[in-house]
Amino acid sequence: MKDQVTLMKGNEALAMAMIRYGADGYFGYPITPQSEVLEKLEEEMPWDTTGMVVLQAESEVSAINMVYAGACCGKAVCTSTSSPGFSLMQEGMSYMSASEVPALVINVMRGGPGLGTIHPSQADYFQACKGGGHGDYHPIVLAPSSVQEMADFVGLAWDLAFKYRCVSMILVDGLIGQMMEKVVLPEQKPRRTEDQIREQCPWAINGRKGMRPKNIITSLELDDDKMEANNERFQATYREIEKNEVRCELVNTDDCDYLMVAFGSMARIGMKTMELAAEEGIKIGLVRPITLWPFPTKEIAEAAKGKKGVFVPELSCGQMIEDVKLAVECKLPVEFYGRTGGNVPSPEELLDALKNKLINK
Amino acid sequence: MKAEIVIAGFGGQGVLSMGKILAYSGLMEDKEVSWLPSYGPEQRGGTANVTVILNDERISSPILNSYDMVVVLNQQSLDKFESKVKPGGILIYDNYGIHMPPTRKDIKVYSIAATEASIEMKNSKTFNMIVLGAMLKANPMVTIESVLKGLKKTLPERHWHLLPLNEEALKKGATLIND
Repeated sequence: MKDQVTLMKGNEALAMAMIRYGADGYFGYPITPQSEVLEKLEEEMPWDTTGMVVLQAESEVSAINMVYAGACCGKAVCTSTSSPGFSLMQEGMSYMSASEVPALVINVMRGGPGLGTIHPSQADYFQACKGGGHGDYHPIVLAPSSVQEMADFVGLAWDLAFKYRCVSMILVDGLIGQMMEKVVLPEQKPRRTEDQIREQCPWAINGRKGMRPKNIITSLELDDDKMEANNERFQATYREIEKNEVRCELVNTDDCDYLMVAFGSMARIGMKTMELAAEEGIKIGLVRPITLWPFPTKEIAEAAKGKKGVFVPELSCGQMIEDVKLAVECKLPVEFYGRTGGNVPSPEELLDALKNKLINK
Repeated sequence: MKAEIVIAGFGGQGVLSMGKILAYSGLMEDKEVSWLPSYGPEQRGGTANVTVILNDERISSPILNSYDMVVVLNQQSLDKFESKVKPGGILIYDNYGIHMPPTRKDIKVYSIAATEASIEMKNSKTFNMIVLGAMLKANPMVTIESVLKGLKKTLPERHWHLLPLNEEALKKGATLIND
C-alpha cells in the first residue's frame, strides 16, 4: 500500500486516473492552468500500453466534437480545458446532452470573464451547473477539493455518465490543479472490448454486424411532440440523478453556531478558518458540496436548522450562494464573501469576513 | 508535528524544486504533505514562491497567510514575507544582494551565505540544496536520509551519480546556521 502512495499535481492525477480507468480517448487543447493533463498523458504514452488515444486538437471546438463522436460510439472519452476553452465547448455540451451520450468534460477554472487571468477562480459555477449551452440540460458536476479526489472522481464521473447516458463534469480550480498532494491511484482497468461496449451501450453506433436495427444518434427532432417527449425523458433522467447522486461532506455541522457552505479549494481554506475560529471559541460547521449539480439542497437545509447564519465564500462574485439561499428558503441570514481576478483569500480573511457579516453586524 | 513553510525567490533559483524535494521527504516519512506553487508566466528571473505543509494530520488549507518558517532568497521576497512569519517562527534569508535586512525581534532570524557557499562548491546548482540543508538544521522537520530518499525518487536514474554532491550540499547548508 505504502508504495502506491505518490506525490503529484491535481492535473497529473486527472491524467493518470484517465489511463487507469481504461479510457479510450482524450482530446484537448492546451490552456493554463490545466496543460499538465495533456502533458502528463503525452509523457505516459498510453497508446503504447492500453491503446488509449491522446490527441491535441486544433481548438476546443474540435476537441469537444471529437469527444461527441467518440461518445456516440460508446467509448470512454474525455476532454479537459480551462474557462475560456470551456465557453467554446458549450455547443458540444448541449448537443451531447440532447443526444444522451456519456462523456467526461473537465474544467480547471481560471479567472474571467474574457481571457481573464490564469489564476484560480470558481466563477464558472453557473455555466457548469445551470447549462452554459442552450436548452434544458444538466451535466452531473463533481467538485474535487484534493488531489486524491481529482484521481477518484475521474472514474466516478465516467461511471455516472454511462449509468445515466449524460455528460459528467469535473469542476475544479487552478489551485487544486496545480498543487501536489499524496495520492493513491486507482487500479489499472482494461479498456472495454468492442463486444463489451455493444453489451453496455446497445444504443452506440459501433457497427451493426448485420444483427440489430440501425442506431441513430442525433440531437435534431423537428416533430414538436417528439421533441417535447425527448425533453420529458431528459428531465426524468435528471430527477433520477437528483434522487440518487447527491454527494456532500459534512464537517462539524451538528455542533456549531454558524454554517459555512463552500466547495473545492474554498472548502479547504474554510476548514482552516474553522480551526482558527475554534481557537477563539467560534463554532463553525461546513457543508462541502461534492456534487454541485445535483445540489445538496436537503442536506444544507437540514444542517442549517437552528444555526445563527450561513456563510458562503466563493472565488466569484456570488454564484453558488443563490442555490444555498434557495436551500434554506431565506429562513436565516446567508452572507457572501468572494474574491476574483485570481486572488485567493487566506483562512484569516474568511474568518474576518464571517465575523463582520454574521457576528459583529 | 506540523510545519507550514513558504520558500520565495527568483524563478530559476530552484525554489519550486526545493519545495518539491521537501514534500517528497515528508512523503518518505509518511507525513501528510501539500505543495502549492505560485504558478504563472514567470520562469527564469520572475518571482516564484511555494508553500509546503508537512503534517501528521490531514491538511486543511494549502494556502496560508502566516508560516512557521519563511525562506527568502531575494530582497522582494524578504519585503513581502517578513511580516508573515508567525511570532516565534523562523526566517532564513540568503544574504546575497540583501540591502535591507529583516528587523523583526519576535522571530528567529538566520542570515545564511548560501550563494557564496555554492560558489565555494564550484557549482551554482547546489544552491537550493544548501538552502534546504540550512532549513533542516534550523528545524529538523525531516531527516537528511529522507531527503536523499526523496531525491532518489524524484531524480531519473541517469542523475543518481549527483546524489553524493547533493548530500554534500545539504551538509554544507547545515553549517551555515549558527545560533
